[in-house]
Amino acid sequence: MADPADQSRGRLKVFIGMAAGVGKTYRMLLEGHAEQEAGRDVVIGLLETHARAETAHVADGLPIIPRRRVRYRETALEEMDLPAILSRAPELCLIDELAHTNVPGTEHAKRHEDIEAVLAAGIDVLSTLNVQHLESLNDHITELSGIRVRETIPDAILGRADEVVLIDLTPEALLERLRAGKVYPAERIDAALNNFFKIENLSALREVALRQVAEEVGAKRLTTELVGSREESLAAAAPQAVGERLLALVEPYPGAQRLVRRAWRSAQRLGAGLDLLWVRAPGKELSEDQQRSLVALRQLASVLGARMIEEESDDLTATIVEVASRRGTTYILIGGSRPARGLARLRVPLPQRLMQRLPGVDVRIVADRAQRTNGSGMEGL
Amino acid sequence: MNVWVIVAVACAGALLGIAAGYWLPPHGRVPASSRLQGGRRILLPFTGEEISRRSFEAAVRLAKAENAIIMPAFLAQVPMNLPLDIALPVQCARGMPLLEAIEQRATSLGVPVDSRVGRGRSARDALRKLIEHEHFDRIIVSADEDPRSGLSYEDLRWMLDRAPAEILILRPAPDDARRISTEAVKGHF
Repeated sequence: MADPADQSRGRLKVFIGMAAGVGKTYRMLLEGHAEQEAGRDVVIGLLETHARAETAHVADGLPIIPRRRVRYRETALEEMDLPAILSRAPELCLIDELAHTNVPGTEHAKRHEDIEAVLAAGIDVLSTLNVQHLESLNDHITELSGIRVRETIPDAILGRADEVVLIDLTPEALLERLRAGKVYPAERIDAALNNFFKIENLSALREVALRQVAEEVGAKRLTTELVGSREESLAAAAPQAVGERLLALVEPYPGAQRLVRRAWRSAQRLGAGLDLLWVRAPGKELSEDQQRSLVALRQLASVLGARMIEEESDDLTATIVEVASRRGTTYILIGGSRPARGLARLRVPLPQRLMQRLPGVDVRIVADRAQRTNGSGMEGL
Repeated sequence: MNVWVIVAVACAGALLGIAAGYWLPPHGRVPASSRLQGGRRILLPFTGEEISRRSFEAAVRLAKAENAIIMPAFLAQVPMNLPLDIALPVQCARGMPLLEAIEQRATSLGVPVDSRVGRGRSARDALRKLIEHEHFDRIIVSADEDPRSGLSYEDLRWMLDRAPAEILILRPAPDDARRISTEAVKGHF
């Protein structure tokens, strides 16, 4: 996510709707005019009017950066002129159709990447998006509507927007606009009505769009809380925390997930927070299996709400002690180790070392239940 | 003379000990038996608190025959009003015990297990993300449309169309009422 404190970056506002024709581009243009009247330097970077007279009319008065021609497979195609926008450097740029896929041979494969470059140049952007273009909703919407949209964008793009505005219209009103020829030309109306623009499709899509925007609002509220106060105050308060806090020592191998699950259950019962710590030996390369296990561990930590801490150090004990002190740990959970060999038998085992150096912290060795021989409780399986 | 022999033997022993200690990994708290070798991977996805015993047994049989790893995967569903990367403790309270049950059972049968958790807007979205990021040779599911365990017929159809793996869909059978559930690990998980 872009750093909210980065003042040099432009702001992104996205107008989202359930389908074509709800008025996203129209609203974007109206806001462009309002900004222009307020004295800002506004240009249209890319506009798709889809031959709608109303839309073309409302664009009058806003300067347009002409599209450039790009040759692809012996055909000349038109694309947004990103270098011209960057060179013109307006204060605000209107760029329609966020999910568009660019013609090969331009700077980026997708328009949202072009927009990222415009924002990075400190230019504010207004853009438009239909909800079915969001990656996570694509399958769901295909099921609802029977039509698969090929151009999708990662949900994170919408998450990065500074503002998301839902352009809402009842399905009945949209169908009326369609029949009146305000969405598609006359020859396409029947086909649209018989395919995508059915009342049940539109009702379902409207619900999805409403929920999506509600989710974005909720996510932004949560993010603000986390970034702005909660996470920081937790970190600051951790050493003095009165409550329990668990620290599970993990390594990227499949058995570690068992330890994490058990630690999480204990944390749930205690009403405690859970941290996972992996101390990686410096310069150690991970095998393919270990990399996969590490990704799975991170995913598990995220779903469980645990915090995954990764430290690089040669001194395992010192690192655990440092992290435990920093996080206000009250319990440490470790997996079973294989028997020591050679002179390693003379070394004080890790649990004892931790207990010596962390007085007042409980150390628990988590057994592998599957290796129990008697009364395993597996009879019920 | 005898003293020198004793000293030499003691030195050799110490050197051997040092060497053995050196070769032990410094972070070696991982039982060797728990580490997996790369091999065929059988995905066993589920969404609820129990899975069909037939699909579990099929996964075990195939894993043994093919020297494969069973990868039970809990598919957590993120409600539309929450961000996609949010923690899901309520669902995990249902799914984690079943992962534990499957893992314990499979391990006790001598089959290596490597669990996963997928997260998405729907079970299918979670499964899609999982198979996009990792390769699986087979996916085993039961064709019962039981919301407690399952993937719907639509999900199964999607899987046949889209999943880049061999799909084994087990037909419902009279004896399929036997299931593996979280009950098995309650109290000691």
